[in-house]
Amino acid sequence: MKLNLRIWRQKSPLDKGRFEEYALDNVSEDSSFLEMLDLLCEQLVAEGKEALAFDHDCREGICGMCALTINGIPHGPEKQTTTCQLHMRHFKDGETITVEPWRAKPLPVIKDLVVDRSPFDRIIQSGGFISARTGSAVDANAVPIPKQTADTAMDAAACIGCGACVAACPNASAMLFTAAKVSHMNNLPQGEVEKDRRTLAMVTTMDGEGFGGCTNVGECEAVCPKGISLDMIAQLNRDYTSAQVKNFFEPVS
Amino acid sequence: MKLDAKIPAGPLSEKWSSHKFNMKLVNPANRRKYNIIVVGSGLAGGAAAASLAEQGYNVSSFCYQDSPRRAHSIAAQGGINAAKNYQNDGDSVHRLFYDTVKGGDYRSREANVYRLAEVSADIIDQCVAQGVPFAREYGGLLANRSFGGAQVSRTFYARGQTGQQLLLGAYSALSKQIGLGKVKMYNRHEMLDLVLVDGHAKGIVARNMTTGVITRHAADCVILATGGYGNAFFLSTNAQGCNVTAAYRAHKRGAGFANPCFTQIHPTCIPVHGENQSKLTLMSESLRNDGRIWAPKDSATAAKIRAGELNPNDVSEDDRDYYLERKYPSFGNLAPRDISSRAAKELCDAGQGVASTGLGVFLDFRDAIQRDGKQAIEERYGNLFEMYQRITGDDPYSTPMMIFPAVHYTMGGLWVDYNLESTIPGLFVGGEANFSDHGANRLGASALMQGLADGYFVLPYTVGNYLGEAGIASAGTITIEHPAFEAVEAGVKSRMDQLMSIGGTQSPRSFHKRLGKIIWDECGMARSREGLEGAIEQIQALRKEFWSDLRVTGDADGINPELERAGRVADFMEFGELMCRDALMREESCGGHFRVEYQTDEGEALRNDEDYTFVGVWEYQGDDIAPALHKEALIYENITLATRSYK
Repeated sequence: MKLNLRIWRQKSPLDKGRFEEYALDNVSEDSSFLEMLDLLCEQLVAEGKEALAFDHDCREGICGMCALTINGIPHGPEKQTTTCQLHMRHFKDGETITVEPWRAKPLPVIKDLVVDRSPFDRIIQSGGFISARTGSAVDANAVPIPKQTADTAMDAAACIGCGACVAACPNASAMLFTAAKVSHMNNLPQGEVEKDRRTLAMVTTMDGEGFGGCTNVGECEAVCPKGISLDMIAQLNRDYTSAQVKNFFEPVS
Repeated sequence: MKLDAKIPAGPLSEKWSSHKFNMKLVNPANRRKYNIIVVGSGLAGGAAAASLAEQGYNVSSFCYQDSPRRAHSIAAQGGINAAKNYQNDGDSVHRLFYDTVKGGDYRSREANVYRLAEVSADIIDQCVAQGVPFAREYGGLLANRSFGGAQVSRTFYARGQTGQQLLLGAYSALSKQIGLGKVKMYNRHEMLDLVLVDGHAKGIVARNMTTGVITRHAADCVILATGGYGNAFFLSTNAQGCNVTAAYRAHKRGAGFANPCFTQIHPTCIPVHGENQSKLTLMSESLRNDGRIWAPKDSATAAKIRAGELNPNDVSEDDRDYYLERKYPSFGNLAPRDISSRAAKELCDAGQGVASTGLGVFLDFRDAIQRDGKQAIEERYGNLFEMYQRITGDDPYSTPMMIFPAVHYTMGGLWVDYNLESTIPGLFVGGEANFSDHGANRLGASALMQGLADGYFVLPYTVGNYLGEAGIASAGTITIEHPAFEAVEAGVKSRMDQLMSIGGTQSPRSFHKRLGKIIWDECGMARSREGLEGAIEQIQALRKEFWSDLRVTGDADGINPELERAGRVADFMEFGELMCRDALMREESCGGHFRVEYQTDEGEALRNDEDYTFVGVWEYQGDDIAPALHKEALIYENITLATRSYK
């Protein structure tokens, strides 16, 4: 395949950045999107130019490191597919492909296509855990958990923290990310004790990081590579309201 | 180099508890005076950092990814073993211990493996308490499945994403400690060298990958949990960033490297598609519970399938060779990884392979779908089938999957004693980065078990013992102003400058590819004296070429993926040679190490217990000097060595 690539280049967080155009030939349609970018990097190095900076690691759709907006869509055109699992057979020979970083103020560009996602870590640090000091656990089968509850928790826990939800949202809201973690833990009996505290702390941190509010647009669910459902946001809203009410009468933390 | 494994005295089942009792303790109020560095944030590193911080130590944690949640433990699919015997099928600590030693082809240390089996049950308790959503039965109890190399169901799993869920558990515990200020997290930092003060590990020099600044970090001891070296092969199932640099730098500073030739080739990966492939994708071994592995009986049929003239579904039953079921009737498709991989290679070498390259065999679900229905199969493997279809474009419900072995795990690693301490005092090594538990071959679902055992239940004790022995007077006394840091930092900087200034014509990736091909061809699934000797020469020549014709574009003062790869490839070059030397030294076939000169008439591995029941530990002597071999004899007091048979 032959491709025309329009790729965002930006030297540093302070640089304004711009699109640059590259022509790339001999791309196999069996190769992945990132392998196509590898090929471009090799071509740039051969020309003595600086290679492209982009985040990627496992290349099997689970680490959540890869993060490209392809032709305007976070992770590209295929449903429930991370950038690294997107293959070139979904593009046409001679096509022009536009590649950008996530576009969201709370996740600023560090260089080229690499963004800073540390706000996600801080949201988790503020409450996205179930306190279980090593060595203090009871037998794993001591508390039976209905299969359906465990399955729902797993649906939520499948989030890979890539940030596509924020990139797709017109408000740059991180509600789907936060809701996934809250739903995962709040649904389990082990997570019950810290439920209110967790929910309040994570939402407060999320707001403090500058993410926008949720206005039920649903773009996040549409681009989520792991199919995290908007139902999780509904649960977050419910748990948050309930925690706030309880907190009003008696502080939960 | 002195190799003292420090195995506690007493009966096997009491070693760990009596050792724990005999350890020095650090007063809870004094723990905050100690600093501990943990490099790597996967299962071993993340769990160790979180647990040590919970105990009250100050921890600095390093990872090269943008978040500790992305360490490559996350990609493990199938499950984690534990001797819970929830299925009432005869499992026990002793059986898990026995299976692991046997699966490792009797090249692992009894005491360490027993401890691993012993703490395995605690791991499951710990993970459930953290909210890991393991699969459950309708009654609410935990579900189990069986896994390659075992005849009991002891594997716990969370769909096909067990590694992800376990890692997120460790990450959440770590995050809590980061939030509390007990762990200082260094994301996007790569350790480039180890700092020794008076022979003890007291710090590291790292590169901030965002700014390019070389930074110093001092501590009372250092834990490496930096994973395996599978990317020496270029193509592997490892993440792109996985590398041997931290472990190899420690090796150059005096840490013995054990059994580097013990690498695991996983039987069920998606076959290679072409020249520009950057990684191989694993399909969980759990697929072998229901899928049947076969290749056409004759090469003419295989050729027609490769050419696309024959649909594999139209190959009659008589023309199919279900070779694992034929050769190993009692284990069948669940034969251990090394045996399954080699069997696939033999068939493909004989021309019976499928896929466009001829390097592939079928993993067929036709019979399972007929027996259990499509829905049952979808429930068990739905996400894996989707992943396969996404990558290959084929639908495994209607067309048999194609698989081929790929490099997946490395059993070798830095040598450690019973305390997981390397030959450098104060340098501890956990998880895949050490060599201790899997011998010459790892059983499925045992890597997650080992990573978490080391991180949650071993290192937090043994590190405390080391600090307790050193005494409170020394706590926190070494700072980054110490002259040792200056010297190491200068070395790191000059190496960076050297990589940037060669000004040649070839990219780091092109060197990596060439290196990987040499190692895969000569130190992969089948090894020979001639091939290995040739490989060592080729790697040495390639290393010279690397240092004279490398081209790194861009600058060193910010994110530069080319520079990062160049540094890693430089270390893989030296390390690849060590792998070949180790493979050459070991004149026997065992586990993942198959020397063509040593096989039975039936083509099975021929172990030589008389001469090779030892750990081969290499001591670095200099860049162009052959390393020195030391041997730790493996003594089996509780298990009788036997020929491993899965027939």
